[in-house]
Amino acid sequence: MNPFTYSRATAVADAVRDKASHPDSEYLGGGTNLIDLMKENVARPTHLVGLNKLPLADIETLPDGGLRLGALATNADTAWHDEVKSRYPLLNQAILAGASPQLRNAATNGGNLMQRTRCYYFYDLATPCNKREPGSGCSAIGGYNRVCGILGTSESCIATHPSDMCVALAALAPTVRVSGPNGDRTIAFDDFHRLPGNQPEKDNTLEPGELITGLDLPAKGFEKNFSYLKLRDRSSYAFALVSVAAGLELEGNTITDARLALGGVAHKPWRDQEAENMLKGQPATEDTFRRVAAKVVADAKGHGSNDFKIELAKRAIVRALKQAAEGNQHAADVFLNSNP
Amino acid sequence: MPQHPTNSLANAAGVAAPPPTSPVQLTINGQQHTLQIAPWTTLLDALREYLHLTGTKKGCDHGQCGACTVLVDGKRINSCLSLAVMHEGDEITTIEGLGTPENLHPLQQAFVDHDAFQCGYCTPGQICSAQGLINEDRAHTEAEIREHMSGNVCRCGAYVGILNAVKEVVDKK
Repeated sequence: MNPFTYSRATAVADAVRDKASHPDSEYLGGGTNLIDLMKENVARPTHLVGLNKLPLADIETLPDGGLRLGALATNADTAWHDEVKSRYPLLNQAILAGASPQLRNAATNGGNLMQRTRCYYFYDLATPCNKREPGSGCSAIGGYNRVCGILGTSESCIATHPSDMCVALAALAPTVRVSGPNGDRTIAFDDFHRLPGNQPEKDNTLEPGELITGLDLPAKGFEKNFSYLKLRDRSSYAFALVSVAAGLELEGNTITDARLALGGVAHKPWRDQEAENMLKGQPATEDTFRRVAAKVVADAKGHGSNDFKIELAKRAIVRALKQAAEGNQHAADVFLNSNP
Repeated sequence: MPQHPTNSLANAAGVAAPPPTSPVQLTINGQQHTLQIAPWTTLLDALREYLHLTGTKKGCDHGQCGACTVLVDGKRINSCLSLAVMHEGDEITTIEGLGTPENLHPLQQAFVDHDAFQCGYCTPGQICSAQGLINEDRAHTEAEIREHMSGNVCRCGAYVGILNAVKEVVDKK
């Protein structure tokens, strides 16, 4: 790690001010990704603004029936929170499908949104990477790209966002609350992460110095008909090759509302609202799900070692929608059964 | 105050001295310590290099193996991915705080009884992680214990013994 200075913020405004007064500084939440990137010399901040004593760890019900997740609540405390378990089991399941208990105990909700890609070349200082060093080139295109994206990629970057939690969030559509040098604002979750385009160094739409303070989940949690299906190289503690977050509302066998988001396939959690609209008004049958799955991957492009993801994503979408339609009776423990 | 490890970079000719160290108060196994350390000192390095509590092991140093697992306010974390300065005011428990050679912790005794290690390098992390699992009280079946211990890798492959040892202590709760 390069040398840096550290300060511990005690109020959000102090944190924002401290960050603004130090060029090349970073906010430090749980540290599980940033400290790792610093050890690899991928991140080299000269100052860290410590956040872990800020009063942003609460999870509280909102007047509109939604739920506010504090940015500094840990992933573990969020997943196991009673309201999350009962009303947003899709989120519970997605969080518990990711990382390990130790990492989830340290990692924060804000940090989960901010984690960087796990593309091999992003971590490998010996190879070009446009995300790490803009303009240097993309080693994954034409290289070994098993973990890379198939949707929304660009000629500059085919990296994926690695989060499980964020795939469920994409389906649940919260707003992201941020504070910055120019005040407070909210960002729709789908607008928070971005596609690489010709600026793959930018993972998200935060302005310089802005700090995530929380996430506001809407009241609708799809708690009756949902699935988080994660497919990976081993049955635990591995990043998704493809994951699917599905939420359905049904009247009889007719779909009245639907959410569908994918992980492991794009630079951002990949919500497909056209596919959601295709589901609405249709019978919850395998035939419907196959047509929707074909639509989601219609523009998918493989890059060699990740070609398999196109067919895998298609099949995973069908399976997740079937699981969602069937209903799920064991939400709290379902992460054990995510690879039946 | 504990001796600082030599910073060879800072002493090399022509290399700028790093920013000054600052005092950090840590509570480890019920004892207060004041360490004069640089902010980039991980909790793991603070334990091993400054406090000489070498029970906590450095395996991968990237949060992937679990050998560095310690308990912070009763919750298990990877000490390699946490800075010591983040833990002022926290209660940290390491393997040295769980049991002693004369008075083994029930998990330590169970690991001996079930042959739950060969080389032993991952064992302190396994045991601290298992104590965290017991504190959480969410894993009771074999399948649940396997999943909840997935953050601890054992390269000797003593998983069968580890599972039996943890299960025995969980069952006694």
